[in-house]
Amino acid sequence: MAMTSSGTAVVTLPTDTQILITREFDAPRHLVYRVWTTPELIKRWWGGERGDVTSAEVDLQVGGKWRYVMVAHGGFEVAFHGEYIEIVPNEKIVSTEVYEGAPDAAAVSTFTLTEVAGRTTMTLLVEHNDKANRDAHINSGMEVGMQESMDKLEHLAKSLRLG
Amino acid sequence: MARAATTADAFNAVAEPRRRQLLDLLATGERPVNDLVALLGLAQPQVSKHLRVLRQVGLVDVRDEGRQRMYRLNGDPLKPIHDWVKQYEQLWAERLGRLDEVLVELKDAEMNDTGLNDTS
Repeated sequence: MAMTSSGTAVVTLPTDTQILITREFDAPRHLVYRVWTTPELIKRWWGGERGDVTSAEVDLQVGGKWRYVMVAHGGFEVAFHGEYIEIVPNEKIVSTEVYEGAPDAAAVSTFTLTEVAGRTTMTLLVEHNDKANRDAHINSGMEVGMQESMDKLEHLAKSLRLG
Repeated sequence: MARAATTADAFNAVAEPRRRQLLDLLATGERPVNDLVALLGLAQPQVSKHLRVLRQVGLVDVRDEGRQRMYRLNGDPLKPIHDWVKQYEQLWAERLGRLDEVLVELKDAEMNDTGLNDTS
């Protein structure tokens, strides 16, 4: 496989209640940490290609709250919030995470950064209290992405026709 | 009303850890049931029960070879699960791709800072 300057996001389901996201960055971890925790910077990446992040509140201290709001390209609003449980600067953040569309299904997410020779591996482990909620969490990502994937499908269909 | 079978599709079939173990074992090739019993360390009836569920959803195929029942993996029913997770992975690929772009800017800025004057 070709070596690229940065990695690709990999999602696995280690157990029935967990989601694990990993990715490598060609940057020291204090910078990854800064992008992950600074509201003005969060606004620039958290929406992916799916919408605009209209609000990112971060009270980065144990017991402090966070809340992100995105207006998806389809026009609807998606919001997540939670509370910080454990913070080790540049290394680890444990927090709760609630999708406001399904407020009963809180998850605990553990974000870690490890740096080797100037490159940083990020892991984000999302743990739900049962499988149904974990699955719903994965589905929520799917719903937001639905319009976009329809567009992609159309492109793909067109390119197949050309080829 | 009759309770819906909880193992009617591949999603439910692979929700059981032992069945995932069975699939992992079969991923390396076809195996007789006795092998699977030995490798899993479960009683034969339990292994047979799990294999039956996997057969029902089409995740394993079976054939007789002499007196042996040979099982092998059929990955096709796993595709919807793969696709399902892929969608979610795509969201994170987008997010972290963008995060990477911001990171490159910060790296450049930091380099310039240390080259000129420390503003932190």
